[in-house]
Amino acid sequence: MSTTERAQRPATGTGYRVSRSSLTSWLGSLGFLAVLVVLAFVPIAFIPVVIQQTTSFLILVILASMWNALAGYGGLVSVGQQAYIGFGAYAVIFLTQRDVEPYLSIVIAALASGVLALVVSPLLLRLRGGVFAIATWVVAETIGLIILMQASLGGGTGVSLRALNVYPVADRRAYTYWITLAFTVVLLGAVLLLLRRRTGAALQAIRDDEGAAASVGVRTRPLKLILFVLAGVGCGAAGALTLANTLFIQPQSIFGVQYTAFMIFMVLVGGLGSFEGPILGALVFFVAQNEFADLGAWYLIGLGLVAIGFALFLPRGLWSLIGDRLPGPLLPIGYRLRSNKS
Amino acid sequence: MTWVNAVLQGVFLGGLYALFACGLSLLFGVMRIINLAHGDIAVLGAFLIWQISTSFGISPFLALIPTLVVMLVLGYVLQKTMLTRALRGGPLIPLLATFGLSIVIQNGLLQVFSADVRSLGGQAGPIAHASWTITDQLSVPVLGVVVLATAVAVLGGLQLVLRRTGVGREMRATAQDADTAGLVGVPSSSVYARATAIAVATATLAGMFLALRSTFSAASGPTQLIFAFEAVVIGGLGSLWGTLGGGIVLGVAQTVGAQFDPQWSILAGHLVFLLILATPRGRSLDLGGVRA
Repeated sequence: MSTTERAQRPATGTGYRVSRSSLTSWLGSLGFLAVLVVLAFVPIAFIPVVIQQTTSFLILVILASMWNALAGYGGLVSVGQQAYIGFGAYAVIFLTQRDVEPYLSIVIAALASGVLALVVSPLLLRLRGGVFAIATWVVAETIGLIILMQASLGGGTGVSLRALNVYPVADRRAYTYWITLAFTVVLLGAVLLLLRRRTGAALQAIRDDEGAAASVGVRTRPLKLILFVLAGVGCGAAGALTLANTLFIQPQSIFGVQYTAFMIFMVLVGGLGSFEGPILGALVFFVAQNEFADLGAWYLIGLGLVAIGFALFLPRGLWSLIGDRLPGPLLPIGYRLRSNKS
Repeated sequence: MTWVNAVLQGVFLGGLYALFACGLSLLFGVMRIINLAHGDIAVLGAFLIWQISTSFGISPFLALIPTLVVMLVLGYVLQKTMLTRALRGGPLIPLLATFGLSIVIQNGLLQVFSADVRSLGGQAGPIAHASWTITDQLSVPVLGVVVLATAVAVLGGLQLVLRRTGVGREMRATAQDADTAGLVGVPSSSVYARATAIAVATATLAGMFLALRSTFSAASGPTQLIFAFEAVVIGGLGSLWGTLGGGIVLGVAQTVGAQFDPQWSILAGHLVFLLILATPRGRSLDLGGVRA
């Protein structure tokens, strides 16, 4: 790739070189790989409740990363990603009712959610800021209302995923876990790839100042479209996987705006506009949910207050506290100027 | 005739949506932010009125006066503490912060007032349900006329203040360019605080009328926010009279949709909104009027 070659040439000729990797990023990458290997063996080594909980956690990681890709890099604050979560889940119901293999249905449903995002993108992507935010919400409400009216999909009372009953319970739990892990790796890998390639510099430029980025020749529209469709696929997958994990859905909850509240919380707390932040945020949210969800309304008031606090006082989230102290990025994203002497 | 009636009821419903929308429109016009907690603030106002009205056994219209005072102070404080800081953080932060506020208000109301559905219709006396009958199938609800008249008065009053008074000139100047307005001695922070106070007050008024004509609960806010926003966008962002037109278009779409099938009511409104978004000129019908 020509940009890489150019970038690796010494900037001034002497004393400095530009590189992608550093000791931190090598250790960081190895750490990520090690965690992945451990995660791959969860269904073999642990009891059912751990497998199911880890599946939920991975779904949260997907949701947080997708929302971060939209808002953190594309400047697109969506309040309506539940459109794709719900669409993905109901697409699985629709497909399995027509005797498509359930796990294949999940993959198709995720891709179909991406197509849905592509279809509504001409309508939404020309909007900005708050107008974009509420327009995405209206789209989610509209799709939710249409699905609510479909008696064949269970209407307002909800519907179960019976097709998964063909598998023994233990197998089903493990398969669902592994396909969730696969989706997590593929989707986060896609974000990483977008950030590593030439698009990464463009995305970070849009994140920092969209107008300035456009003025130096960054083509913002196609990049936003890529992010929007990717987030559609990711949220669709998350919805389909949630259904496979819980086996029952209701339109009011799967199309509920609480998903947006959770995504905003995870990304704000973890770190808006960083790759690692949303994963950290998903971890914090997962713990908070397990510890405090019994408190009901108080728990949600707490989530809201914490989100406001982070938005106002630490908009780059917890990861900025850790990441800024590291000698370099944990994953080889972007380039670093280094002295040859060190 | 039932269709004429549906359209007529839609116009009155549109008055309510315009009242919800004008605070949203004003804040967007002056501060360039969309307040995602607008609907919940309106519902908070409705709950305060309900509380005062039932505790003291007074009419909701009387209870509105102390509530307005409380809400005005709340709006001022909200601006001084949260929105000012959020505005400094770039375009995303006000959205995220007001969304957080929406969650806090909603669940706070849920905690204090439970999930029960309430209405102010009982406390208000005959005005809530009275109507003038024109023919068998055509009747004009008194409350609908009151709401529409209030919406026209509030929008007209705002328009007059913005056009004709010093306060209005300061607001328009700040809306156009806050920094330059600051240079000539118009501090943006006090203009923003005034705009927020007005927005919160109109939201309270809208919340009261919502509670009078139907029911409300702690979870009612988001729906009202969406309707208000649809009215604003259909009418043209920042245009006050456009907001009234937008509210009426949305109200008529909903009542006519409900005429086909009650399930279609809200969906029809959303579809009209999305259709207008999809038009080549896009984003609004631009129903005219001076921009804030």
